Amino acid sequence: MTQPVKFYQTGTFTVGNRLLSPDERTVQASINRNNSLNSGHRACQGCGEALGARYAVDAAMRATGGQLMAANATGCLEVFSTPYPETSWQLPWLHSLFGNAAAVGTGIAAALQVKAEKAGKARSDVRVIAQGGDGGTTDIGFGCLSGMFERNDDVLYICYDNEGYMNTGVQRSSATPPAARTATTQALGDAPGAPFGQGKNLPLIAMAHEIPYVATATVADLRDLEAKVEKAMTFHGARYLHVFVPCPLGWGSAACDTIKLARLARETGIFPVFEAENGAVTEVTKIRHRVPVEAYLRPQKRFAHLFGDPGHPETVARIQAAADRNIERFGLLDEKARP
Amino acid sequence: MLQIRIHGRGGQGVVTAAELLSIAAFEQGRHAQAFPSFGSERTGAPVVAFCRIDDRPIRRREPILAPDVLIVQDPTLLHQVDVFQGLQPEGYVLINSRRSFDELGLGEIADRFRHERLITVPASEIALEHLGRPLPNAVLLGGFAALSGLITIDAVAHAIDDKFKGEVAAKNIAAAREAFEVVTERLRGPSAQTPTATEESRPC
Amino acid sequence: MLKQMEGSVAVAEAVALCRPEVICAYPISPQTHIVEGLGALVKSGALEPCAFINVESEFAAMSVAIGSSATGARTYTATASQGLLFMAEAVYNASGLGLPIVMTVANRAIGAPINIWNDHSDSMSQRDSGWLQLFAESNQEALDIHIQAFKLAEELSMPVMVCMDGFILTHAYERVDIPTQEQVDGFLPPYEPRQVLDTAEPVSIGAMVGPEAFMEVRYLAHAKQTMALERIPEIAREFEASFGRAAGGLVRRYRTEDAETIVVALGSVVGTLEETIDAMREQGVKIGLLSIRSFRPFPLAAVRAALQHAERVVVLEKSFSVGLGGVVSTDVRLALSGIQLHGYTVVAGLGGRSITQASLERVLAEAVADKLEPLTFLDLDWGIVNRQLAREAAMRRSGPIAENLLRDLGTVQAKVH
Repeated sequence: MTQPVKFYQTGTFTVGNRLLSPDERTVQASINRNNSLNSGHRACQGCGEALGARYAVDAAMRATGGQLMAANATGCLEVFSTPYPETSWQLPWLHSLFGNAAAVGTGIAAALQVKAEKAGKARSDVRVIAQGGDGGTTDIGFGCLSGMFERNDDVLYICYDNEGYMNTGVQRSSATPPAARTATTQALGDAPGAPFGQGKNLPLIAMAHEIPYVATATVADLRDLEAKVEKAMTFHGARYLHVFVPCPLGWGSAACDTIKLARLARETGIFPVFEAENGAVTEVTKIRHRVPVEAYLRPQKRFAHLFGDPGHPETVARIQAAADRNIERFGLLDEKARP
Repeated sequence: MLQIRIHGRGGQGVVTAAELLSIAAFEQGRHAQAFPSFGSERTGAPVVAFCRIDDRPIRRREPILAPDVLIVQDPTLLHQVDVFQGLQPEGYVLINSRRSFDELGLGEIADRFRHERLITVPASEIALEHLGRPLPNAVLLGGFAALSGLITIDAVAHAIDDKFKGEVAAKNIAAAREAFEVVTERLRGPSAQTPTATEESRPC
Repeated sequence: MLKQMEGSVAVAEAVALCRPEVICAYPISPQTHIVEGLGALVKSGALEPCAFINVESEFAAMSVAIGSSATGARTYTATASQGLLFMAEAVYNASGLGLPIVMTVANRAIGAPINIWNDHSDSMSQRDSGWLQLFAESNQEALDIHIQAFKLAEELSMPVMVCMDGFILTHAYERVDIPTQEQVDGFLPPYEPRQVLDTAEPVSIGAMVGPEAFMEVRYLAHAKQTMALERIPEIAREFEASFGRAAGGLVRRYRTEDAETIVVALGSVVGTLEETIDAMREQGVKIGLLSIRSFRPFPLAAVRAALQHAERVVVLEKSFSVGLGGVVSTDVRLALSGIQLHGYTVVAGLGGRSITQASLERVLAEAVADKLEPLTFLDLDWGIVNRQLAREAAMRRSGPIAENLLRDLGTVQAKVH
């Protein structure tokens, strides 16, 4: 009789690299990692985007054998990584504008393809990623992104979603959640914070384009993020990866809570983690320990107005209802964990 | 310099007619310039196109306000648009119609110009017969070659061949040649049809 | 080879002869026939390998061009009017990044009121964008300038806009001499980028530059345009040597030697102006013409040299800076600093208003007699303007201007133009 060994670290369900055989360890665990987004950049302490980008791009570099180029939208990631003459990028990298990263990616891919054909190859060995924050993706870059999807251009687009325009001083984007306080949705009046709109769910919109691969991930599960990037690189055509990246500055959270908040977003059902191929969901990351949304909201100052005296319990209930809907819609709850 | 203005409606190949004329002139070693008076016109809307032909390079780029030749592809325009605006006294007029100038109510206007240079041709009917569609543009160019002698019917045929392909080209050429014959015949005939008809019904 | 063809098709063939590797297309009148022609050439396999990308906007067109040019591909696109404005942010970006993209602007007015016809408002709005702007007088010149534009752009690593009058040139059928592939290959070497995304030598392109170096970067862009002032005439001479005909250059003079009055203009109106000048010369008027072919860089010295001995200068332009006057005039005046002469601006042809020889002769005769207003609008219909002004003076809610004027005019379809 054998007894299963639990590799999980307490509370995280993240398996420790030390306990895995070397070939199963993460890209970041290897000394051969590329350090694509090298140390020394100027991101804030606890920046979820820097963490996500480092893992994602290194994983893409490993998947392509270092044959990778990146187009980058304007935003925090661009500003903190290239205060010239310094650059953190250890791969060919091009920043053009705020709203055109997807189209620039298309242009790079087109040029590479023509060069490959001129060299007598059917397909370029060099692959392309385009990346940006939620503002550059869901708002100003939305048209270019949809065009890239629709043409099925051979680009992996990675959105690092920190739910607002953090680079410009924390303003609302179409990815800002309801009730969140930002500089343009102040915690004032009867309905403080961002209004309850219809939302703009980019992963579902990407799926509606029926592109080969769409996935969501969080910086709470970096191994999953790496795996999804590597999987994305096995496809050709347009691919979309939406990474949930907490922002301590914009959210008013502790720098040490970035990973915890990302995990809570998943475990509350606020941020569903899944994969889809050709428009249909193929995999869902189940919630292991369901927690109420309050556990996620309370550590963030942007939601502080919900919990004062008298607070807004009705708003918390609406957010809970939205999370419940996600759980239902994506089947996020492990059957075993159901009450 | 010879200046030609073509009136018609969107969908009748007005612009193409001007382009064909310029190609025909080019075939004959001349300089030619064809251009449309463009609007965001849709099918059926009045359209004008222009063609200049000269022995030296053409520098002028204004619309043709005083044409030497007027081609009207659609007679329903006659009382809607001032097609005769600026026509030179010595000018040629070719109208796509089965009816005479007089029957079209143009008797008074016709009096201001040289009768032997005014003619109507049933271009839509000829086109229908050859192409199965009432597209009068290439047909009228055959008629124009006969009326004016300013371009040859062979050059017109070359131009059609240059712009269209295969059967479409062949049928358009056949239609243009028929119009050429019809007009030649009518001009040669003792009762050169159009002017006579006009004279008979002259009000005085 | 001599051919009778549409200007747009001629330009498409010229661009194809330059062996572009990436073409981005978004349709806008009157640019459409150019990219349609190129699309057909790519689709038929005549231009393989070349990527022809139907993008979702002009902004995307220029953005794709930025990506492909930075990856070392010879890149082309075309636009006009609202499309140029819609891509404006990327237009500045392309020149800021120093990417040698060639773009045709089929010059067209900018709305509102929406207007699809020709004037130069669109490219003039981008005169400070860092792009070189070359204007074509005819379809032959448009064709020839495109071939020169790739050479110029790639030598300097700066983007070039080739401006040709919408409809008047793009849709005009005329005789053009299409060069052979061998001729073009002999003139235009393969693209050797100064900066390129390359996995063997990774670089970061498009970094933020602060106050410590931004001025210097901008100055270098100016320095490149200054170099272009020398290269443009040299390339035009090389072109003439290879192809046996003159095209391009900074400026072209027509009968200016003893001219007391010189008209300055750019684009296709130059042809009608030559006819006008010939007619006025026959009447004994000492008048000549200066055609500006390179608007950016602006050839201050060449313009000054051509105009300094004249008594008066009439800038005839299809552009207009509301609240100031002429756009080209301002630059011409800069070229004439310190020289005393009579200067007139004639704004003409806005939104496709025909510029006729008769009107030109009339307005130039007034100029020669020094009876012209410093700023004149050729063939302006004062009747409808004054009616609208009266309407606005009489009542607050006077309604939409354009619609009021059209109502005053009645049916315009019955006129030839």
